Parts: sequence; structure tokens; C-alpha cells
Amino acid sequence: MFKNAFYLYYDGFRSMVVGRTLWKIIFIKLFIMFAILKVFFFPNFLATNFDTDTERADHVLKNLTEPSSANGNH
Amino acid sequence: MIEQIDLTMVNWARATFALTAMYHWIFVPLTLGLSFICAFFESIYVKTGDEQWKKLTRFWMTLFGINFAIGVATGIILEFEFGTNWSNYSWMVGDIFGVPLAIEGLLAFFLEATFFAVMFFGWNRVSKGAHLFSTWMVAIGSNLSAVWILVANGWMQYPVGMKFNPDLARFEMVDFLAIATSPVAISHFVHVTSAAFLYASLFVVAVSSWYLLKKRHLQFAKRSLTVACTFGLLASLFVAFTGDEHAFHAADVQPMKLAAMEGLYQGEAPTGLVAVGLMNFSKKPGDDQDPFIFEVKIPMALSLLANRDIDSFVPGIDDLVYGNPEKNIMGVEEKMVRGKLAVAGLGEYKAAKKTGDDLAAGKALTLFEKNSDYLGYGYLDYAEQAVPYVPLIFYSFRVMVSLGTFFIFLFLVYLYFLYKDQLEKQALLLKLGAFSFFLGLIAHEAGWIVTEVGRQPWAIQDLLPVSVARSNLDAGTVEVTFFMFLILFTALLIAELKIMTKQISIGPEGD
Ligand code: HEM
Repeated sequence: MFKNAFYLYYDGFRSMVVGRTLWKIIFIKLFIMFAILKVFFFPNFLATNFDTDTERADHVLKNLTEPSSANGNH
Repeated sequence: MIEQIDLTMVNWARATFALTAMYHWIFVPLTLGLSFICAFFESIYVKTGDEQWKKLTRFWMTLFGINFAIGVATGIILEFEFGTNWSNYSWMVGDIFGVPLAIEGLLAFFLEATFFAVMFFGWNRVSKGAHLFSTWMVAIGSNLSAVWILVANGWMQYPVGMKFNPDLARFEMVDFLAIATSPVAISHFVHVTSAAFLYASLFVVAVSSWYLLKKRHLQFAKRSLTVACTFGLLASLFVAFTGDEHAFHAADVQPMKLAAMEGLYQGEAPTGLVAVGLMNFSKKPGDDQDPFIFEVKIPMALSLLANRDIDSFVPGIDDLVYGNPEKNIMGVEEKMVRGKLAVAGLGEYKAAKKTGDDLAAGKALTLFEKNSDYLGYGYLDYAEQAVPYVPLIFYSFRVMVSLGTFFIFLFLVYLYFLYKDQLEKQALLLKLGAFSFFLGLIAHEAGWIVTEVGRQPWAIQDLLPVSVARSNLDAGTVEVTFFMFLILFTALLIAELKIMTKQISIGPEGD
């Protein structure tokens, strides 16, 4: 059963034609997304700027109750 | 235009989101629809045992695989954006949507990893029945993985089943069923999936028409067309039906969006539907100008669409902005007063909690809860800010509906000529068919413009405007990512087009 499943993937990957190019694209894309974009350009704003959930909630509440603090920072 | 075009952070964040969502949507509906079409083709193969159907199935499956591989994970970029650009919004709803979306993602991944492998690699390894089962599971699984994201979007348009927790600044789920079965969420799902089936049918029509024009793979193309046009016709009829339901719900829960879709400023009873119209771009809410330079109306049709009653009143933008006491419609200014009370209540509650004054906190909470339905209006500076950009919505709606009607006729005409066995002689029709896939994409994007631009300025309808939903970031940071995405997605699109067209020109193996 496990052997069959293994060979399904193993032979499948080996005999791919268009699939090879596609896998390359998938890996390059995932690399760009997770190793470059996510790390350098898309930090989670609340996770990186605050240490605790209480601080995060306070920050959001501040933006909600003092809207100029949310609107002013263009 | 009511909202000024200022390229501040919030506008760059909106533009980036729109760009990524629109690019992402080039791939998604094709995956959703083509998976079903492949399952139909393979079912015919298993039923008839005819090897030609197997070849045909494998060919379309390869194209499905290409589209899937290029499009997969492009949606995750939208999640990155939530965390970075829209952190206030993400925090406020994260508790609700984060977990179901993660579960859905994981489930889809395992489903896909298992059944995709059998579908692509298992042709000579598992029985015909087991293979067919896998193909159907891929089709059903892909479509199910769209459910929760559309429920989340539906909730943003019509926020039900949650309560705001003022201590955590978060919406918390109080009624899962109300959220999952909200009429707006269901409308979304059925309209989007049926439009995806239609789009994929157009894809098969386009490729097969090209083969017929080139006089290649004739039998293959005609077989593919017979299935795709039948499926496409049913899908396009269903799209029109579900679209009508969609507009009916919009009239109920987002009357401003419906008024913008129709360019309706002054409500009336009964109200006609503008079939064709040339908008007056300088028209502003509350002024005396005619919204149209020229228009052709279908009498009473909008009353019927919005309320299922041909004599009924449909509110216009002016009624909604300035109020209409006769029709019991509260204006935006009054909502703004209430919204500001909600904001003040929330602020006082926060302050009282800090000083440990429970009595004051209780009073402030009551003030907040009494007015919390209008919270978002508390952040508006003037009433007209509640009006989205009307011409874009008006024309996008007409583009979508006209194309929807056109597709019904296109499939009918194709089926007629297939039945008469004269399709390959209809060069003009085939050229139109080959082009119509592109029109399908335009209809999809126009649909999303109606839905998303139509609900501006709200991130969450009536509760949170986009200007407060955003993160406290500089415009420059977001601007850079906009252009990065433009490059990344354009590269992916070029890759898709190159690989896809190469595979199409190779054609079905050994035919
Ligand atoms: C034939 C008549 C059609 C009608 C009456 C119709 C109606 C609607 C309405 C009212 C909305 C906006 C709903 C809201 O935000 O409240 C919508 C959205 C949308 N439509 Fe259509 N539509 C039609 C055809 C099509 C076609 C042909 C396509 C694509 C092939 C399409 C794709 C979409 C998409 C992707 C959305 C955005 C997602 C959503 O809100 O469900 N529609 N449609």
C-alpha cells in the first residue's frame, strides 16, 4: 500500500514533461513570495511592532477611538 | 468623484489589493470550472470506454494543471497584505476568519496532494473508477475551498452573527450559522462558482474554436465543444438567475450599492431600470443635474429586481445620503451623529477601564452599544463620503450583465451549428468564440468591481471604513510593493500564456 503510493508519486514525478517546468515555476514563485516578499516587504504590522496581544488591542483601540491617529499618518 | 484621488497610503493599499485580487482572479475561476469540465469528460470516457474521450480528458487536464500550477498560492499574497497594510481590519476580524481559512487551506492542500497525484499520475495505476473518483474529488475540493473566503467576503458586505468586544477591539462570533448561511454569502458562492463554470466553458470554446479555424483535431474539438457549450449554456442561465438574486439581496443590505449600480439619485415608485445610459460625469449627490445625458429605461424593472414588486419604491443616492423621512430612511448625517457617539462611547469605556471606574465604564458601554450599528459613520467627515464612485459601478454592472446575456446566445448558436454539423464553416462565429474567453475574464473582473467598489468606503459595511481599517504605514512602503506585484504577476501571466499556448499548439497527444 505505502510502496504503491510511493511509486505513484516517484514514477509520476520522473515521467513528467510539462510538469517539470511547472514545478520550477511553483518553487521560484514560492521562494519569491515567502523568502523575499514576506520577509522583507510584508512583515505582519501588529506582530512586529508590538509584543503582546494587549498592546496590539490597545493600538487598534487607539486607532478606533482617536481616528486622527489612523488618518493622520499618510 | 466624491472621494478625492489622493495617492496616500490607503489608496496605494487599495490599489495593491485590487491589483493582486484581479490578477489572482484570472486563474481561480478557470481552476474551479475546468476541474468540473475534466470530470465530465472523464465520466463520458468511463461510461463509453472510448479511448478518444480519454485522450481528450488528458489534454484538458494538462491545461488545467498548467493553470493550477501558475495560479496556486497567488491568493496567499492577499493574506500578506491583510497583515501588513490592513492590520486594524485583520486584528478586528482575525479571530473569526483566521482559523476557518487555515483549516480550509490545510484541507484543500491534503485533498489536492492526494487526489491531484492520482488524477495526474494514476492513469495506468488505479482502476478507471478510482481515477474518476479522484477527478471528481479534485473538482469538488477546489470548489469547496472557495467557500470560506466567499463567506468572509459576504460577511464584510453584510456583517451578521458577531458581537464587538470593546476590550479586545475584536469581533467575536456569536452565531456561526448566521455567518455561514447569510443570504449574501450564499449568493456570492453560487454566483461566483456558476460564473467560473461559464468562464471555463468559454476557455474550452476558445481553444476548440481555434482548432476548427486551423482545421486541426476536428473531431476532438467538436466533442469538446458539445460538452463545454452544454455546460456553458446551463451555467450562463444559472449565472443570470443567481445574479438577479444577488441584486435583490444588495437592495436589501447595501441599498447604496444598488443605487450606484443603477445611477439612481432620486428614488421613485415604481422605478425603471436603465438598460442603456450615458452618464453625466459631473453629477454630484444633492445637485440638480440630470445623472444621465441619455438613457433608455425599462419601466418598473428596477422595482421588480430590488423588491419583487413592480410598484415599489427604490431609494436613490440622495434619499440615502440626505434621508427621506416619508420613506423612513435615515440620512448619513444622522448616522454620523450616532457613529460619533459610538466612537466616543468606546473611547470613554477604554479610559474608564484604565482608571478602574466600573460605573463610568458601564455607562460608556451602554452609549457605545446603543449606537454601535453606525460605528463606521463616526469616522466620516462629511455625508457624501458614504457614496462610492458611481460611473465605474454603473458601467461595470452593464458590462457584466450584457456579456452574461451575450454568452447565453453564443452557447445557443454554437450548439445549433454543432447539431447541424456545420460549425467548422462558420469562420466568423469561431473567431468570436475564440475571443470570447477574454470577454469572460472581463465579465468576472467587472463583477468584482461592482461588488468591491460598490461597497466603498467600507471595509466592513457600516462598521469600518477603509481609512481606519488600514495600518499606520507610509504610502511609500506600500507603493513599492504595488510595483513589485505588478512585475511578479505579469511574469506569472506571461509564463502561463507561453506554456499554455505551447501546449495548445502541440494539441491532444497522438490525435
Ligand atoms: C447575466 C446577468 C448577471 C447579473 C444580473 C449579475 C449580477 C451581479 C450582481 C448584482 C453582482 C454584485 C452583487 C453585490 O455585490 O451585491 C455581481 C457580482 C459578480 N458577478 Fe455577476 N451578474 C451577471 C452576470 C455575470 C457574468 C456573466 C459573470 C462572469 C462570467 C459574473 C461574475 C460576477 C462576479 C465574479 C461577481 C463578484 C463576486 C460576487 O459578488 O459574487 N456575473 N453580479
